[in-house]
Amino acid sequence: MSATQAEAAVEPGSRASSRGNAAWLRNPDSRFWQTVRAVGMLALFFTVWGLAVRISHSDLFPTPGNVLRGIIELAQKGLLFKYIVASLFRVTWGFTLAVLIGVPVGLVLGWYSRLFQAFNPILQILRPISPIAWIPVAILWFGVSDAAPIFLIFLASVFPITVSAIAAVQNMQPVYLRAAQNFGLSRGELFRRVIFRASLPQIVTGIRIALGVAWLVVVAAEMIAVNSGLGYLIIDARNAGKRYDLVVAGMVMIGFIGLILDFLVRQLEKFDEVRWGYARR
Amino acid sequence: MNKELFAAISIRNISMRFPGKPPSEHIDVLENVTASVAHGEFVCLVGPSGCGKSTLLNIVAGFLDATSGKVLVEGEPVRGPDRRRIFVFQENGVFPWLNVRENVGFGLRMQKETERDRIIAHYIDMVGLRGFEDAYPRELSGGMRQRVEIARALAANPDIIYMDEPFGALDFLTRLKMRTDLVRIWQSEKKTILFVTHDIEEAIQLADRVLVMSPRPAMIQEVIDVALPRPRDLDSPGYLEKRDRIFRVMGMSLRVGEAAAA
Repeated sequence: MSATQAEAAVEPGSRASSRGNAAWLRNPDSRFWQTVRAVGMLALFFTVWGLAVRISHSDLFPTPGNVLRGIIELAQKGLLFKYIVASLFRVTWGFTLAVLIGVPVGLVLGWYSRLFQAFNPILQILRPISPIAWIPVAILWFGVSDAAPIFLIFLASVFPITVSAIAAVQNMQPVYLRAAQNFGLSRGELFRRVIFRASLPQIVTGIRIALGVAWLVVVAAEMIAVNSGLGYLIIDARNAGKRYDLVVAGMVMIGFIGLILDFLVRQLEKFDEVRWGYARR
Repeated sequence: MNKELFAAISIRNISMRFPGKPPSEHIDVLENVTASVAHGEFVCLVGPSGCGKSTLLNIVAGFLDATSGKVLVEGEPVRGPDRRRIFVFQENGVFPWLNVRENVGFGLRMQKETERDRIIAHYIDMVGLRGFEDAYPRELSGGMRQRVEIARALAANPDIIYMDEPFGALDFLTRLKMRTDLVRIWQSEKKTILFVTHDIEEAIQLADRVLVMSPRPAMIQEVIDVALPRPRDLDSPGYLEKRDRIFRVMGMSLRVGEAAAA
């Protein structure tokens, strides 16, 4: 009893920290174990992948090591950065256009029910058409240029954004509207200060979904009609010498950049302007 | 201006009928309601749940059109909501995307910035939310959110404040405190207040006069002059006598007056 007290008196800091260690080691939901689970499963995935390739004696399908060397090769040639920038450039344009058009159109259609009645059938017929199905049309209209994939990305992302903006306005709590009416807001102020602000959380969710779809589509769009970008890399590596290490390298890069894009849009959900709209955590 | 000539609010023969699916199954909510509220008066509208008192308040505030009859404010017919008459909502109408300061300043965009800041600070102080200026509604309790809404209404400097069961969702102690504060604010601001509640105790604690409504189709069943000095003693014989009178008035048609008071 007195011995432990003496220990505690001599080294209180180390005692406290060793007790702390034990706590997060024992707690299965600590940050440490969460990381172990995620990293451990990734490591297992790559190991099984490598083993599977080796056991099957596949000549074409690469091991994780081959893919890593492929990525390094692309980086050394300067192609990796160039292709990533090319893909992001197209996504940025198509997606920005979709936001600039989808949000205002959605707000207006959500607010004016007669316009909604008129336009909703067109919207609902266009919406389920895969952007991939538009590829021949895009080539016809825009030729082999950046405009074709940008158009396809725009098509892919404008519908989720518009539809989420429409739903956001239609589901707005009537009490906000009545409060706004009470304060005598003009039509413009009503849109800017109340309808837009009340819809923002749902619009941000729509934007997040749309960016995911846009990134899916850029790859498909680049497989035709252009000669740069990660989608082009995949097709080109396949056609020019069956370089499947580069094919999978392209796939891995697409995955990582998609992850980063989603992480970035998710940051939008942390702003006070929209945080109220998500489930209490 | 016309303050001597007209009542602040004059409700004349208001009837309200909500159409049913077959037109024959319409619902008569209000039947020939007539009442008036004087300038600076605090009037409570009580009645059993679902009797149409909220409907009446919404008609008076201009959010709903009556089937027949009219409402005059300062002698002029009401045609819609107006920034001179601010409504405090039961379900809390503070904007969750604005912080306390921005909510309270919502109706003040015409003012110069220094003046606006002064008004905002004044009313945040008055409702006891100093220190919470930068908080967002989701970070506040239900009682504090109602305080924000009351401050927002006061900051717009309306002639009349309409309140639709503003404390209905709050717990007992918070409700008591809110009533005390509301009376204090009303005494210092001298606004006309028309306040809807189903809580008889609340009505007697707050009002100069209580309008007791009957079940649907509602009429004004009785007008009770509370005429008790403030601050009100909730144990005084006068208080209990007024309260029991409303119980009896509502009990005549309702039988379970206790339920309405709970």
